[in-house]
Amino acid sequence: MSPEDFDLFAHMVKQRSGLVLTRDKAYFLESRLLTVMRKYNMKSLEDIADNVRNNRDENLMRDITDATTTNETMFFRDRKLFLEFQKDILPKILTARAGKKHLRIWSAACSSGQEAYSLAMMLNEEKAALDGWKIDIIGTDIAKDMVTRATNGTYTQFEVQRGLPVRMLVKYFTQPAVDKWQIKDDIKKMVQFREGNLLQDFGPIGVFDAIFCRNVLTYLDVQTRTHLLGALTSVLATDGYLLLGRSETAGGFERLKPLNVDNGFYSIDNHAPAVAHARA
Amino acid sequence: MKSCLIVDDSRVIRKVARQIFESIGFSCEEAENGEAALTQCRTALPDFILLDWQMPVMDGMAFIQALRKEPNGEKPLVVFCTNETDIAHITQALDAGANEYIMKPFDSDIIRGKLELLDLIAS
Repeated sequence: MSPEDFDLFAHMVKQRSGLVLTRDKAYFLESRLLTVMRKYNMKSLEDIADNVRNNRDENLMRDITDATTTNETMFFRDRKLFLEFQKDILPKILTARAGKKHLRIWSAACSSGQEAYSLAMMLNEEKAALDGWKIDIIGTDIAKDMVTRATNGTYTQFEVQRGLPVRMLVKYFTQPAVDKWQIKDDIKKMVQFREGNLLQDFGPIGVFDAIFCRNVLTYLDVQTRTHLLGALTSVLATDGYLLLGRSETAGGFERLKPLNVDNGFYSIDNHAPAVAHARA
Repeated sequence: MKSCLIVDDSRVIRKVARQIFESIGFSCEEAENGEAALTQCRTALPDFILLDWQMPVMDGMAFIQALRKEPNGEKPLVVFCTNETDIAHITQALDAGANEYIMKPFDSDIIRGKLELLDLIAS
């Protein structure tokens, strides 16, 4: 791929998803673009670049962006975080919301839905404490095919063996075919999936008691990261919690204070000076 | 060092599993059927047993049922690792005292994940 074509793709992807692609990622980009090339029956990566340059085909640009986003996920990814959320954070939220009996959690950049369904299964395990509660778990992802996969709630044998305790597998899944595991309807109806770009206006998404936005910041540059933290904070309840990936921090963003840096738990620092954060 | 007993009639599977467990830091012993595994367990109980289901002489189900009746036989953590991939078999294994279940084929990530779930290695 020529440097000019690489820059064209990198600039477009950065604008649309925030993902920063540096020149050392050329091989990664090429391998991802091969799928797009086949889908559009194009003969070379240069054909794709020419098409983007000359036609600005929205579907093509969207598929390129989707192909470059990372969809790595698994059930109960970072198990320690889920255990601590269940043990330390969830009881605090339930106490704070005992009057309304309404719990809202956002799985931002949800990929194929394992995080959102893990939350739903975890909450179902607390069914006795949540009797009479309204629970909204929202999963959003920039990639349309990921949202479709998440909504279907069907996973391969390999996927259900990554992170998911087998007792939960037999409790919460059916097996319509040998290599096909389907999440049961009572868990499925706890979760809503929709397309969403974290760098654009979230729309009427509401306010959340907890936002899981893990392993996203790590792909963004400092400016985009700060913008995203501001946007997430704007839809987080003042006594809510933001959960980042294990290797991520909100360092430098004053409105968030760490509760547990090891696990990436943050809450809003209500004593910090309010800063306006414009959305893209 | 945690100890692991790999019970499978396939020499290839035993070799692959041994490589994975040794890379994680387990000491490994092998048995090619349930009866040989039971004999080894009567000498020294391992911390962990990776157990195939279909084997000649004594299969995995007969082995775990016998193991759990042995003195301290409830102590080893037993994970079935088998080609039986349906809910009925999984449920039967759990009812017999299995702690986890792996559907073949497996890889290092799946084994590590199961060991994390059983708190045998840090997550």
